Order: sequence, then C-alpha cells, then structure tokens
Amino acid sequence: MRHVAVIDYGMGNLRSVSKALEAVAENTAVHVTADPKQILNASHVVFPGVGAIRDCVAELTRLGLDDVIREAAQTKPFLGICLGMQALLSHSEENGGVTSLSIIPGQVRQFDTQRIRTENDFKVPHMGWNEVQQSGSHPLWQSIDDASRFYFVHSYFVDPEQASVTAATSQYQHTFTAALSQDNIFAAQFHPEKSQSAGLQLLKNFLNWDGQS
Amino acid sequence: MGLAKRIIPCLDVDNGRVVKGVQFVDIRDAGDPVEIAKRYDEQGADELTFLDITATHDNRDTIVHVVEAVASQVFIPLTVGGGIRKLEDIRRMLNAGADKVGINSAAITNPEFVREAAEKFGSQCIVVAIDAKRVSPDGDADKWEIFTHGGRKPTGIDAVEWAKKMASHGAGEILLTSMDRDGTKSGFDLALTRAVSQAVTIPVIASGGVGKLQDLTDGVKLGEADAVLAASIFHFGEHTVGEAKQQMASQGIEVRIT
Repeated sequence: MRHVAVIDYGMGNLRSVSKALEAVAENTAVHVTADPKQILNASHVVFPGVGAIRDCVAELTRLGLDDVIREAAQTKPFLGICLGMQALLSHSEENGGVTSLSIIPGQVRQFDTQRIRTENDFKVPHMGWNEVQQSGSHPLWQSIDDASRFYFVHSYFVDPEQASVTAATSQYQHTFTAALSQDNIFAAQFHPEKSQSAGLQLLKNFLNWDGQS
Repeated sequence: MGLAKRIIPCLDVDNGRVVKGVQFVDIRDAGDPVEIAKRYDEQGADELTFLDITATHDNRDTIVHVVEAVASQVFIPLTVGGGIRKLEDIRRMLNAGADKVGINSAAITNPEFVREAAEKFGSQCIVVAIDAKRVSPDGDADKWEIFTHGGRKPTGIDAVEWAKKMASHGAGEILLTSMDRDGTKSGFDLALTRAVSQAVTIPVIASGGVGKLQDLTDGVKLGEADAVLAASIFHFGEHTVGEAKQQMASQGIEVRIT
C-alpha cells in the first residue's frame, strides 16, 4: 500500500486534487494532511495551491510546513501544482515581492496585463486549455502525447535560473515554463487534476514514479 | 498554436436535478447532473457551469452534494453560481470540488464582497456574472444596463463600466448574459459581448441566446469572447459539444479537440 500526502495548508481546492488522485490510484491511500509526520512518512507528496503567494508562504511558515516541504522535496517523489510550483522558486513578483522556498533557483514573474491587444489572445489570467510542449523525456510524460492540452489558470509564471530544469513550455504572450523537473521534484503550472485524460495520466505516472528521472 | 477558446455547457440545477425551460415548452427535467456532466465531459466540454436555481434556503445543501458527486467523476473545471453571498458560501463550494464560483447579485449589493473574495480565494476562482439589457433606443449609441431578479429589476448601472469595476476589484473572469437574448435562440448580443470584452483585460464568457452552432462561432469571432456558454442547444441532443468544436475549428478558431 502506497501512501500519498496532499499537503493541506488551508489554501485552494484540495478536494479536486485528492479526488483525481483517488480516481487513478491503485493500492494507494490519499491523505489530505497538514501533519508533518504523515507527510514525511508518505511515499509520494503533492503540494497543490491556488491563490496568492504571500498568504501561501505565510501559512506554510505558520504551520511549520516550510521545512517539511524542503525535506520531502529532497527525499521522495514530489509534485508541485500551480501555486505549489511557484512557491518552490526563490522569489515572486506577486504581492509586492515575496521570498519563497528557494528549492529551485529562479523568479516568478507576472504576465503583462497592460499589453495592448491586437487580437483577443492575451488576457490575464491565462485561463483555459493550452498546448504543453515537452522539453524531453521524463517518466511523468509517459503515454502523454507531446503538445497535449492541459488546463491553466494563472497570472504569474516561473522563470528558473537554469534552463535545464524546464520540463515543458507553453506559449502565451511569450514562451514560458509550464513544467519543471529537478531530481525527485516535478512541478506543473497547469492543473493535472482538471485536465481530463492527459491530466489523470500524469497523476498516474507520478504515483508510479520512484523519483528517478 | 496557443490557448483554445472554450465551450462551457451550463446546467441549471433545481433540487438536485438539471432543469431547463425551453421557450414555449416547459420541459422541466433534463436529467441527473452527474450523468449529464459525464456526457459533456466525454463530448469534450472545456468546463462546466452549474447554476443553482433552487428557490428555498433549505435546499441549498443539495447543490453541494451535486458538486461533490460530479467532482469525483469529472476532471475538468467546475463553476457554481446561484446564491453565493458570503465568503463561507465560496469556501463550501470550493471544498465540495468547485473550482470557481459565480457571483451576481451579491456583487451589486456589496461590490467589496468581490474584492474580499478575490483576496481570500484568489482571482482565478471568482467569476462575476453580469445580466445586461440594452437600454439605448434604436439609432443611439449602444448602452446596456445591469438588471437583477431575472431581468425584471433595473439597477441603473452601466454594464460596460460595471465589468471594468469588477475586474479592478479582482474578478478573474466575467460571465456576461444578455437578458434580451436569453432563451430566444437568436444568438448572442454580439455588440454587448464585444464592448465588454474590449473594455476589460480579463476573460469574458458570452452567454444568452445560443440557438445554433454558428452562434457560438460568432460569439468568438465577432463578439471577441474568450469562451462561450450554452444550455439548451446541448441538453436535448440537438448538437454535441464535439460538433460545436468542429464547426468552430472549420472557421479558424483554435479549440481543444479530444
């Protein structure tokens, strides 16, 4: 029996993530939890999140989960989703500038909200189904066609210092990093739990992943 | 290739059942929400919107169970509107598995509610629903006003200005319904849709009046909508979401084909 922990720090729609994991999980218990022990005892850890980065980092710190995340992100298959991806970087422009967990060096930047539209294509948030171009092979891309569409909803995007951690890109205003991988960490800007069959396949791949790329 | 335009079937839910009154023929029951949601998901719907039209307060819990049941089987974004008046209402819907909530009359009563909701839960889950009617006489410059109570009560608020205000308060998206067109099957109010879409930098969903597939295409191409919402055209098997997407794609609109 595998145990997957979905980190609960009071933000976002955790039920969507846990329901999607339950739909693809075989012999796996899904725990939505803020208990450090349960998180560190799990075989796989999912760090989801929607909302604003300042509250996210403040809640993680208040609950003592920042160090738990740092440890889990070094030791077991770890999946960050959306804000849970952005929080892994060093710093975000959101909320006037917020220092984040600094697990992956880089910045979180805002899409241009002032950009003059010539077409109707660049509204912010970037909301909807966009194509995700895989940067290379990775166990989490198994059985997922390159350029499959995933569901995005975000106004900020990650800009990692090292291009080598980019696992996928998408196009919106410009090319941006849609997924990251570093050792046993995989993180996605899109929402696999809301991306129908491609998203469920990615979650299934994550649960079958041993953390080696 | 980039972001796809979205097709969003809308399900009116009353006491746990999907209902839809078709013009002149009052067909009340269109089926079980979970079954209908699964069917649309299989057809390639990009999101689903549930509108809770349950009149009595006692039955409000029912929509929570509907959302829970759908969210455990359908893995695309779900929006729930109707009766969202307090932060607690939003939290309940998100905990049940909704991804976004639609706020309508509570925003008019108290615009600060939208700001509080966006700060608390993030703009990405706050959809402000606007019901607008054309109030300008023929020949005059276009003007639309917000109406409440199913289009019966004028508010004196200009629809385009209201959309801009709601965006500045943190709304992540606008669901724009033409009360003139709703239920008429004569197509979206394209001038209204275009006016609002050009006035804000957040996505706009066109709603109200879809009677044929070309109306959806027109909403995107002529109305400049980012997404199109329709109900009866899909409910009674006239068309599938897949047919709508094929039609849109054939006219050069980028859609997600499943």
